Amino acid sequence: MLEVKDLHVTVEGSEILKGLNLTVNPGEVHALMGPNGAGKSTLSAVIAGKDGYEVTSGEILFEGKNLLEMEIEERALAGILLGFQYPVEIPGVKNIYLLKAALNAQRVARGEEEIPAPEFMKLVREQLSFMKMDGSFLQRAVNEGFSGGEKKRNEILQMLVLQPKLAMLDEIDSGLDIDAMKVVAEGINSLRNADRAILMVTHYQRLLEHIVPDRVHVLVDGRIVKSGDKELANELEARGYEWVLEESAA
Amino acid sequence: MSAAHAFLQRLGERADDEPTWVAARRQAGAARFEALGFPTKRDEAWKYTDVRRIAEGEFTLADDAELDEARFAALGMPLDAHRLVFVDGVFSADLSDLTDLPDGVSVEPLTTAMRTNHEAIGGAIGRLAGVDFSPFTALNVALSEEGAVVRIGQGVVVEKPIYVVFASRANESARMSHPRVLVMAGARSQSTVIEHYAGEAGAANFTNVVSEVMLERGAIVDHYKLQEASSEDLHVASIHVEQGRDSRFTSFNLNLGGALVRTDLVTDLNAQGAETNYNGLFFVQGRQHVDNHTLVNHNAPNTFSNENYKGILNDRARGVFNGKVIVKRDSQQIEAYQNNANLLLSDRAEIDTKPELEIYADDVKCSHGATTGQLDEEAVFALRTRGIDEQMARGLLTLAFAGEVMDQVRLPVITERVERAVAGKLPERFNLADLVEVSDALEEA
Ligand SMILES: Nc1ncnc2c1ncn2[C@@H]1O[C@H](COP(=O)(O)OP(=O)(O)O)[C@@H](O)[C@H]1O
Ligand SMILES: [Mg+2]
Repeated sequence: MLEVKDLHVTVEGSEILKGLNLTVNPGEVHALMGPNGAGKSTLSAVIAGKDGYEVTSGEILFEGKNLLEMEIEERALAGILLGFQYPVEIPGVKNIYLLKAALNAQRVARGEEEIPAPEFMKLVREQLSFMKMDGSFLQRAVNEGFSGGEKKRNEILQMLVLQPKLAMLDEIDSGLDIDAMKVVAEGINSLRNADRAILMVTHYQRLLEHIVPDRVHVLVDGRIVKSGDKELANELEARGYEWVLEESAA
Repeated sequence: MSAAHAFLQRLGERADDEPTWVAARRQAGAARFEALGFPTKRDEAWKYTDVRRIAEGEFTLADDAELDEARFAALGMPLDAHRLVFVDGVFSADLSDLTDLPDGVSVEPLTTAMRTNHEAIGGAIGRLAGVDFSPFTALNVALSEEGAVVRIGQGVVVEKPIYVVFASRANESARMSHPRVLVMAGARSQSTVIEHYAGEAGAANFTNVVSEVMLERGAIVDHYKLQEASSEDLHVASIHVEQGRDSRFTSFNLNLGGALVRTDLVTDLNAQGAETNYNGLFFVQGRQHVDNHTLVNHNAPNTFSNENYKGILNDRARGVFNGKVIVKRDSQQIEAYQNNANLLLSDRAEIDTKPELEIYADDVKCSHGATTGQLDEEAVFALRTRGIDEQMARGLLTLAFAGEVMDQVRLPVITERVERAVAGKLPERFNLADLVEVSDALEEA
């Protein structure tokens, strides 16, 4: 589904990703771990199409299509959704407007009718209660004045409404207490199926206890230096990143 | 020969079948206009607005109101309203619809009102805006012929809006008009008055309107000025409001069109409990120039004013905002709030904003602020990652910026009109009625 091949990315003149390779197949959950500043958020930003990141070589394919030639919104309409590490506040745009506009953009792109209001409401309310969010969230401006945990839940709510093929969740677990973490994990798990893939950036083993990954990768200094199954996450939790660095240097 | 003199000379001789007192008033206006001359950039109030395009223009007064239904339909709003229509300043009985005016309400062209009731009207007109306010009000007095007169009796609640349309046609040669609007709102009456300036594509006329709104004790007036002149039209307006005890005036000054637009809005809060609300939005692009000068005079204690003007500027457009609040010496327990926020969509657009507070009393709650910024690119990106295309994302965020002002608008037809102008294709995809339905469903659930 997603193939990242020998990706080199420069930000403001300095190389951040230095030959990154990653393949994610449908049905899989991948965890991307690694120290601060390794380039994890850079990878998700490049996949989502953010400005300011220069791809100097390599390629990214999504379902065989060259992702780097697509506009940001085309990537979204193709089924990629980025859950932000720091969701932005959008004053004056209500959550419900965003959800409806985004869902209709997808439907229109597929040549379908816009969703009728009652059907939309039913869908949104179901997902809202699943995320244990209050109805009042819909009438509030996107993320404005939300707590850190509420912002993260809101990202998952958008994901549940939009049902992406590939969800990239950047530190979705940071700033969450145990209960919120469970709700968020349930939300993510509910999306898992044979056709979808999830790429999670996390620092902690904790989230991976709730969402068991198929593959775990360690990203250090712009490269994936080690990959393994869920056991690798346990090992990283116990031993830190040092040994991976030493092993890869050897 | 001064530019002002030359401007009047170009009009030539005018038929003088008017009563002597009207002719005298005209002469006074003309004399004052010649004495003042067109304003220049040396005049503080006109520092950023160059009116040479008006001063040097060759305008004549229109003598017909021909505009067929189809052309009118393209300009006017589909509103269930009491409608009075002027075409290049000339009254059109055909396009007007005053069939079911409620008792106690009169809506007439100025010439009719003068014929039937010239003492009351003659005494009121010019009382708030005479020849001294600006060269343009003097010019208006010299040349005005027609206009709208709205009178609402005591305690009358007018359900439908009173909709006054000033259509500007694409003429072979440029026209000018100097209309008057007079609204006399009786005690405890309630009404909505809309002044709609709409220009056909290619119109290049000059409109110089003076409006006076008088609110007696407890009256409530919502006043909309929707300005959708063509991109070549020149438009100067001044709106003068006088408020009695416990009255409430709400202004919506919505500027979308015009090449050169200047609006002055002045309110005198003359008695306790009077409240005025100024909501303003200007959206300019290309080389449009819009100048808003507002003034609130707190002449009595216990009066309240609240002003919020939002400017959206694209391309090489230029905006001016000058908001002045004056609190007189013995006007205690005043609240006066003012805000002007501007959004620059292009780095070649320009805004000059200046709040001015003159406070001579001490028990006063006042605040003012002016900000200028750009669209939040992080927010544009975030919306696009949800599949919303760039144009729509920018439109949505631009509308969100205007939201505080537009949320106050109580006429959905106007909201839609403005949203369409500001955000382009947004409304089609983003049906408002549909969303209201959604919200209602939400309430019920
Ligand atoms: N927009 C940016 N401008 C400048 N430097 C950046 C930018 N984004 C990321 N970087 C730098 O790139 C490196 C990788 O950052 P990031 O991808 O956020 O790491 P991670 O998510 O793994 O913690 C860091 O050194 C960071 O300072
Ligand atoms: Mg990061």
